[in-house]
Amino acid sequence: MSAVMEGRADGPTLRQRLAARGIDGATLLVLPCVALILGLFIYPFLYGLMLSFEPKDGSLFGNYARFFSEPFLYGTIFKTLRLAFPVTLLNLLIAIPIAFRVRLLRRQRLLTTLLVLPITLGTVLVAEGMLFYFGPQGWFNRSLMAVGLLSTPVSVLNGYWGVFISLVLTGFPFTFLLTLSYVSGIDPSLENAAATLGAGPAARFREVFLPLLVPGLAITFCLSFVQAYSVLPSAVLVGDPANVTRVISIAAYQAAFEEYDYSMASAIAMIMGAVQLLVVVAVLGCRSLFYRGPAAGAKG
Amino acid sequence: MQKSVMSRLWIFAVWAMIGLFLINLMGLIASVLTSSVATRWLGTWLPAGFTTRWYFAAWDEFQLGDVLWVTFQAVGAVVVLSGLLGVPAAYALARREFPAKRFVMLLLLLPLLVPPITYGIPLATVLYKAGLGGTLTGVILANLVPTVPFVVLVMIPFIEQIDPRTEAAARVFGANIFQMFVHVLVPVLMPGVLAALLLVLVRTIGMFELTFLVSGPGSQTLVVALYYAVFASGVRAVQSIDAMAVIYMVTTLVWLIVALRFVNPTQIVGRGKRPAS
Repeated sequence: MSAVMEGRADGPTLRQRLAARGIDGATLLVLPCVALILGLFIYPFLYGLMLSFEPKDGSLFGNYARFFSEPFLYGTIFKTLRLAFPVTLLNLLIAIPIAFRVRLLRRQRLLTTLLVLPITLGTVLVAEGMLFYFGPQGWFNRSLMAVGLLSTPVSVLNGYWGVFISLVLTGFPFTFLLTLSYVSGIDPSLENAAATLGAGPAARFREVFLPLLVPGLAITFCLSFVQAYSVLPSAVLVGDPANVTRVISIAAYQAAFEEYDYSMASAIAMIMGAVQLLVVVAVLGCRSLFYRGPAAGAKG
Repeated sequence: MQKSVMSRLWIFAVWAMIGLFLINLMGLIASVLTSSVATRWLGTWLPAGFTTRWYFAAWDEFQLGDVLWVTFQAVGAVVVLSGLLGVPAAYALARREFPAKRFVMLLLLLPLLVPPITYGIPLATVLYKAGLGGTLTGVILANLVPTVPFVVLVMIPFIEQIDPRTEAAARVFGANIFQMFVHVLVPVLMPGVLAALLLVLVRTIGMFELTFLVSGPGSQTLVVALYYAVFASGVRAVQSIDAMAVIYMVTTLVWLIVALRFVNPTQIVGRGKRPAS
């Protein structure tokens, strides 16, 4: 307060000094947005964290102790990882060669538009469509039997593979579009230079593109993994939610809305977040072992 | 010579993968469409006959009129509010350097990096404790968490590329910050705002997890109602669930087509402009 008084007497006012540090009327426009995130994201998270340490039995770590002692609960972590890891890896491995092919196309728009479809429609609709399409009488089994690849219909629904396929259908486009944006960001003259020096396609990929792509691919892996990891609708609708595909989000949902144990639900949500964070940190940590630098060429 | 055969095989394999994916995707969507207009479809390639009655049945059974109205209200409110909150914040972040800026940016990135189901459960708990769980207000508030940061992050590069002298000129001619916003910035930023809000629209219609965790019987959006219909399938005819799925697809795809006139498909996945490296 005295600073303001002094400021008025001689030298800049508080308003002017704040403006010099970048705070004026326009800066305050950020406040409603910050308040929203603090109130609806940070506060609930901290509240959930506190709540998870106040279990029904009264002990501090009761929820966590229960989670890690009951196989029905801690098993969900491995069930989730067993789905999310292979799916993310497969999506990434398919996305890389396709992105390299599509990057050369003039008219990418039609293809990218088609691929955006499953993302916008979402897992609920894809799961709904799968129920019929991959069913014993669906077009998938019929076509394979018609060309003679199958003698009896395969049953992918209500199990691990149903969820796996639904995660590929919604996850692959996501992974692909991210990969494509990274691949298109690499200056083509780098490839031309390598080709001029006599590198074949495989060598160009290995020696030029891969090192430049690794940081982007690490981020793509993380974002795709987090999506696959937090799957809920398809694990219920096309999976086997009581056994093989009882993923961790189902456990959290059941604790909250079927047992009405919000404390336990918060604990599971915190464990879920922690496992995700561990994987993301591990993947991004590996990234630092590789080249980091500009991928856009020397100029500019 | 052998090399070119190898590379042709490789190219063929890559295109075969794309083709396989697209065929299955289209087959999946087409079977929902066909089933929704089928009279009886058991053990044949195509149904025995076609009818539109499932649409009327679905409309009555699932109270789709109410559900669509709720969806319209929720999505409309989310779009308007995230524009009103997000665009000014993006302006402040694009134009000013202030001490806590890095902290604010981190704060905005977090809701986009943490998946909805993880923060949705504590958020739903808080909203239920506050008496907002199961209400339309609760659904709108929950959906604002990912959309406001999304708008901010899409708009920052847009605002940065506008010449700051435009605003300086407006201020010189005596416009206050509100007038400058309404008469100078909004018209210039309109394409960007439109693109960002259309993306918010498409994402909010399809946002399942948050709405699912927060909504109650009277505040379900279309995608949540569809989930419950599929979840409880067996009670109702498959075709009427498929008809509902088609109605959901149409609502989403109309806006997707509108959005794609203004944005690049990769923007639906990414969060605005991505640095090249």
